[in-house]
Amino acid sequence: MYDFDFDVIWRSLGYLFRDGMTFTLMLTTCAMVGGIILGTLLAMMRLSSYRFFSAPAGLYVNMTRAIPLLLVIFWCYFLLPYICGYVFHELYKISPKPIGDLLIRIFGYQVQDGTPLRIGAFTSSVITFILFQAAYYCEIMRAGIQSVSQGQMGASYALGLNYWQTMFHIILPQAFRNMLPVLLTQTIILFQDTSLVYVLSITDFLGAASKVAQRDGRLVEMYVFVALIYFVICLFLSYLVRCLQSRIAIIR
Amino acid sequence: MNYNWHWLIFWEASPDGQGTYLDTLLNGLQWTLVTALSAAIAAFVLGSIIGVMRTLPSRTLSRISMAYIELFRNVPLLVQMFLWYFVLPEFLPWGLGEDMKRLLPPWGSLVPAVLCLSFFTSARVAEQVRAGIDSLSKGQKLAGLALGLNLRQTYQYVLLPLVYRIILPTLTSELMNVIKNSSVALTIGLIELTAAAHAMQEFSFQVFEAFTAATLIYIIINIVVVIVMRFLEKRVAVPGFIGTKREAVITS
Repeated sequence: MYDFDFDVIWRSLGYLFRDGMTFTLMLTTCAMVGGIILGTLLAMMRLSSYRFFSAPAGLYVNMTRAIPLLLVIFWCYFLLPYICGYVFHELYKISPKPIGDLLIRIFGYQVQDGTPLRIGAFTSSVITFILFQAAYYCEIMRAGIQSVSQGQMGASYALGLNYWQTMFHIILPQAFRNMLPVLLTQTIILFQDTSLVYVLSITDFLGAASKVAQRDGRLVEMYVFVALIYFVICLFLSYLVRCLQSRIAIIR
Repeated sequence: MNYNWHWLIFWEASPDGQGTYLDTLLNGLQWTLVTALSAAIAAFVLGSIIGVMRTLPSRTLSRISMAYIELFRNVPLLVQMFLWYFVLPEFLPWGLGEDMKRLLPPWGSLVPAVLCLSFFTSARVAEQVRAGIDSLSKGQKLAGLALGLNLRQTYQYVLLPLVYRIILPTLTSELMNVIKNSSVALTIGLIELTAAAHAMQEFSFQVFEAFTAATLIYIIINIVVVIVMRFLEKRVAVPGFIGTKREAVITS
């Protein structure tokens, strides 16, 4: 029978949570905030009556939802350096001095050669998850905006507010409140999905556990422990969402 | 952009001995479909059983299925994949674990991948089946029982045929999900579509071409699934429900 050694978990606890879990939580938070903002903008575009706005947003959302997250992670990891290098190089051609100085100061990047820009693993994965999750948040926010009655929009216009004022002061606050439980559920899914950055050998919670597991040859203990921690956190979070849902349901 | 475009790369020989790079990708597509479809069928059967259990009068059975659903929904797919691949073989009795480790590729990673995706998806299918049964009016079940059918017959002849017709749209998106999720199997060494594109990129350095091809294939799969399922949905739509065409109501 397999002989367990749970001491390995105890020994690596600091590494797992200080390095791994911090990364996972930071990535989740950044991706949630960025994803909800971008997703809301996409939802507003999708609901626009101008095809110039609604068609690209629809195409983006449907395409992103059709391909697996892992493929998006690879796309961003391998191509962002090229794309950023290209964009910065073009900007540099327009106004050499300020752009060049800025890039050297921020990234330590010599834009003159037009070489691919070195983007850190964290930045790359944050951008990936914002781009990917925005498509899912967009669908949620679209449903949220559509759940607000048409009269609200009409009343607001009648009071003399313009489109942006109507959106920010009248429609979006209600849409957010209606969709809050769904947005949070999606965030729990995002929290689970961030474990996929493992494929880039990043030290997130799973990555840290996997490194310890392979170093000490203790795959069984480490993976069972990781599963347990994820299970407890997600169960607790979904319990909180359910509590919130019942509260919001009473207010309505 | 500092990038050497080379779209004819797909017709060049790949170093993995499978012919051209295009063959590499198509081979990957084949394993994606095999994994996803076998997992989808298993998940459908298993998910139906668990979903029905959730609605049975017996409290024990209902609790067991609730625990099952929570367990598989609250652990990230990648962690589950590792549990099936690394942890399960250590605990299988009668040397089965050793046999599992000795399986030749691709079977060595295909079997855990299919098991993992089946159980992961079955929890989600179970939730949908449960929601479908709950959405039916109580009268359906009572009428079935009043006609002298026993509980099993009521489910078999009255409730389930109706439920499957109602939840077909959500099952469609679940089928799409399982196809996308099968890409996670690349972490345990299954060369499916995403992994094939990644391998092609590693051999040829044509990042953009490889991932564009994989993305297009995923989008085509998505379109095919949507078209087939929409046709099926029209055929089986329950007359009189929202979303059913008016003519259907009149002709029935």
